[in-house]
Amino acid sequence: MPHLAVNAIHAKYGKLPVLHGIDFAVDRGEVVSLVGPSGSGKSTVLRALVGLTPVTAGSIEVDGTCIDYAAPRAVRAARDRMAIVFQQYNLFQNMTVLRNVTLAPTKVKGRARAEVEEEAMRLLKLVGMDHKATAYPDELSGGQQQRVAIARALALKPEILLLDEVTSALDPELVNEVLDAIRSLAAEGMTMLLVSHEMAFVREVSSKVIFMDAGQVVETGDPAAIFDAPSSERARDFFGKVLR
Amino acid sequence: MDYNFQFNVVWRNFDALLSGAWLTLQLGVFAFSAGCLIGLVGAACLSFAPRPLRWLVQAFVIFITNTPALIQIYFLYFGLPEFGIRWSNEACVLIGLTLNAGAYLTMILRAGFLSVRANEMEAGETMGLSLPQRIRYIVVPHIAKSIYPALANFFIVILVMGTSVGAVIGVDELTGQAINLSTVNYRWLEYFTVAALMYVVLTFIASIGLALLGRWAFRVKARIF
Amino acid sequence: MDRILSQLPDFFAWKNLVLLGESAFLTLSMTLLGCLIGFSLALVLVYLRTAPGRWALPLRALCIAYVEIFRRIPFLVVIYLVLFFIQTIASDVSLFSIAVISICIYAVAYTAEIIRGGIDSVPRTQIEAAQTMNLSRFQAMRLCILPQALPVIVPPAIAFAVSFIKDTALVSQIGVFELTFRGKELNNQGYSGVLVFGTIALCYFLMSFPLSLLGQHLEKRFATPRGQRHSR
Repeated sequence: MPHLAVNAIHAKYGKLPVLHGIDFAVDRGEVVSLVGPSGSGKSTVLRALVGLTPVTAGSIEVDGTCIDYAAPRAVRAARDRMAIVFQQYNLFQNMTVLRNVTLAPTKVKGRARAEVEEEAMRLLKLVGMDHKATAYPDELSGGQQQRVAIARALALKPEILLLDEVTSALDPELVNEVLDAIRSLAAEGMTMLLVSHEMAFVREVSSKVIFMDAGQVVETGDPAAIFDAPSSERARDFFGKVLR
Repeated sequence: MDYNFQFNVVWRNFDALLSGAWLTLQLGVFAFSAGCLIGLVGAACLSFAPRPLRWLVQAFVIFITNTPALIQIYFLYFGLPEFGIRWSNEACVLIGLTLNAGAYLTMILRAGFLSVRANEMEAGETMGLSLPQRIRYIVVPHIAKSIYPALANFFIVILVMGTSVGAVIGVDELTGQAINLSTVNYRWLEYFTVAALMYVVLTFIASIGLALLGRWAFRVKARIF
Repeated sequence: MDRILSQLPDFFAWKNLVLLGESAFLTLSMTLLGCLIGFSLALVLVYLRTAPGRWALPLRALCIAYVEIFRRIPFLVVIYLVLFFIQTIASDVSLFSIAVISICIYAVAYTAEIIRGGIDSVPRTQIEAAQTMNLSRFQAMRLCILPQALPVIVPPAIAFAVSFIKDTALVSQIGVFELTFRGKELNNQGYSGVLVFGTIALCYFLMSFPLSLLGQHLEKRFATPRGQRHSR
């Protein structure tokens, strides 16, 4: 049974339809990447998974259980199992790095603060940000903020981590520090679904790559196959432009 | 609560309230228009006049905007007769409100003056526009657009908060009429409820009118609400 | 002019100064009390106004109507309405309380708009982040959104309260012993109107002007990002 199964989902952004029947599955411990041109609906898939964009048709299953996004309780349960990291980090500007990481575990899960802080420091160390625990987000660089955002998502103890173009807003020299953090997570066996434009990185960490265009899955396959020998015209065209 | 609302009395004297509302509107419009003239002169002084004059205008604005309109009107009404200057209560309210509006509008217009950017003026100059043309086609539309919402908002403030102060020295605008009528037959709650609703209707009409005017004249998308 | 000069020593006698001081204190305290309670209630109102779902529609409409209506009624009319309404339902409410309630009713309507503007200034993505972390709507508001909105809210809210010190002059109409009422009393005792109302105006000025400068200072301070704030 796949860890996450997405079956023929449709979604609208406002009134504009952006997803027209998306199908794919992610196995436990697998790293799957969504690639494709801007506006193809990659980010919308992730937003739909955490209930930020409503799904108008189709179903999403986690561990074989179908999630009913109309029921607030089911959405909460889904968000318990899946955590998302945003392109713009979205750290809470009024809190220190440490408080950003400990907020949900203490306030939502009701765990003891001391215990959570200890764990948070471990996670911050994992992403190399433990030395900035008392800093505020506006005192950090973009790459540093993004690493904190990853630690914050991990503190929720998700089964599946969703990464939405986490390096797109970063200066080129800051990209690698974030990619390193993701690499080490992949090595630990975390199930991950990521949207990225870093093709070399996608090729390196992914076990499966999904090429999307205009709200549809065009091609799915292992990285080598899809990058080197895409079968569809659109994928050939796209990779021809981005890989050189 | 065993109070019996009796609105019949109010309807019988409704034309008195209507005449009050009419006076309210007149006071508001006059104080606002005259205040605009003062504000225009004041803002021009703050921007272009030599120092002593600028300080004088600044002092005027700071003093007026930091003291109650009611006290200013009391000063005109109870204080000035000591110097042999006797104005009617209506004149005192009108002059007091105008000075008050003048001070606030000086600040609003001044903000508008500051919003004109030098590079726009230079762009106009390089296009060969003369100074009057630049003022007509660049400065005025720009200022109008940037301060219109604040002006429209201030008109409502004058119309509501400003004019009602007149009631205190016996001017028969809407609030004054409500007081007059209530003291005759003690239907305070009824008269004041109706007067309050009339203020709401009056300002709504004014707001909608101003929003339409702004859209038509300056292409400002002013909020009606 | 001679009359004013001759009244000067008598007018500024210790007794009158104490009276003026007391009245000024009353003016300040009722403004502060009314605005503080009003601000707290406005927070509740804005929170209710953003309540999601169809069932909350009447509630939202009520909140919007409250703000729209009370911003369009003169303060003097509100004072009279509160006075006579309260007198019909209860007999032993002090005039001071009535003044505070009136100020409060007005402050709710005005500060609600200020608070709403502040909350709108926080990026939507902050709310989304809180949502995906399963924080409740109330937790997100209290822990994430409101703390970020406060720097935008507080300066204009202070400016409102400071400018309202002047508007409270109108409660002299129902006989609260605040500054303006004291002024009319002194005027009735035969002191020159120029002297009395000039002094009263000065009293208001001395309260209003420094506080408005303080408000402007806070606005500038809050406008600088945290990083630069520490280093100064």
